[in-house]
Amino acid sequence: MKIGILLSRIRVEEKLLIKEIERRGIEHELIDDRQLVLDLAERSLQGFDVVIERCVNHSRALYALRILADWGVPTVNTYTVAEVCGNKLLTSSALQREGVPQPRVKVAFTPESALDAMEEMGYPVVLKPGVGSWGRLLAKVNDREAAEAVLEHKQLLGSYHHSIFYIQEYVRKPGRDIRAFVVGNETVAAIYRNSPHWITNTARGGSAEPCEITPELNELCVRAGHAVGGGVVAVDVLECPERGFLVNEVNYTMEFRNSIEPTGVDIPARLVDYALAVGRREVVPA
Amino acid sequence: MASANCPECEGDVALGDDAMQGEIVSCPDCGVELELVSTSPPKLEPAPEEEEDWGE
Repeated sequence: MKIGILLSRIRVEEKLLIKEIERRGIEHELIDDRQLVLDLAERSLQGFDVVIERCVNHSRALYALRILADWGVPTVNTYTVAEVCGNKLLTSSALQREGVPQPRVKVAFTPESALDAMEEMGYPVVLKPGVGSWGRLLAKVNDREAAEAVLEHKQLLGSYHHSIFYIQEYVRKPGRDIRAFVVGNETVAAIYRNSPHWITNTARGGSAEPCEITPELNELCVRAGHAVGGGVVAVDVLECPERGFLVNEVNYTMEFRNSIEPTGVDIPARLVDYALAVGRREVVPA
Repeated sequence: MASANCPECEGDVALGDDAMQGEIVSCPDCGVELELVSTSPPKLEPAPEEEEDWGE
């Protein structure tokens, strides 16, 4: 068995994964995406039973995974999962297709139609970039004037991505959300991320607290994981006062440094277990 | 335990015995994010800045 770890930098998560693989005495190699050159015809990256993707750039992960898939190199996660999870609109589309409950979402392509959509949905409403993470460029829009301003700014941001308007219902959650870790067919760990701010990422100061994995939460998160193609994903869940659990987004290069201690679950070990199963072809992700 | 100079404030940054090339550390003095670009000798450089498609 030889494992590749495709990464941009070694953060806490990557170090924990490397140490777990070393602890098990498994042959492995770090693949730095800053030095990586993929020669499509030459299949220049060979000899791996599985590659664990840990890029910090979505674009690098996406295209590296695409080419590795073309070469028949198993990866965790797959190109399909990266493609869907890396784009909030594709995630919402996949969740909708599979009937997984999520906040109401509208999509529009011009500032005028986006404003109409936001007015109909009612304020506050949340505007998100299709591609983005860590709470970046999210806007909670509280009224029409703010909507007009944000829409104008987004149009001037240049990249066409910002003129695809992803408009999401603002869910009045109880000062926290849930980050659940799904490995294959099981929700293995979950935390509450408490934050007075409406953006709860622990990277932005949200504090982690263990969350019980009820049968209902487990089933919802596994369904969300399957909806985006399966594998090892982190599902962000909102507790809506009226409709209960709603899946907000799904992350495919999950960060878990703040979740091991409160849950007592060895998340890196579970990730390596899954990668080994993929490497042994016991599991074939979508 | 090895250490290296922070390129921003010249502070001394202690490196764990298991420090790895490419590892991200923070300077305890000025707090800047640094990357260990080589382990022997240990050398730190400012870590690349966050880009628009960075994340989970």
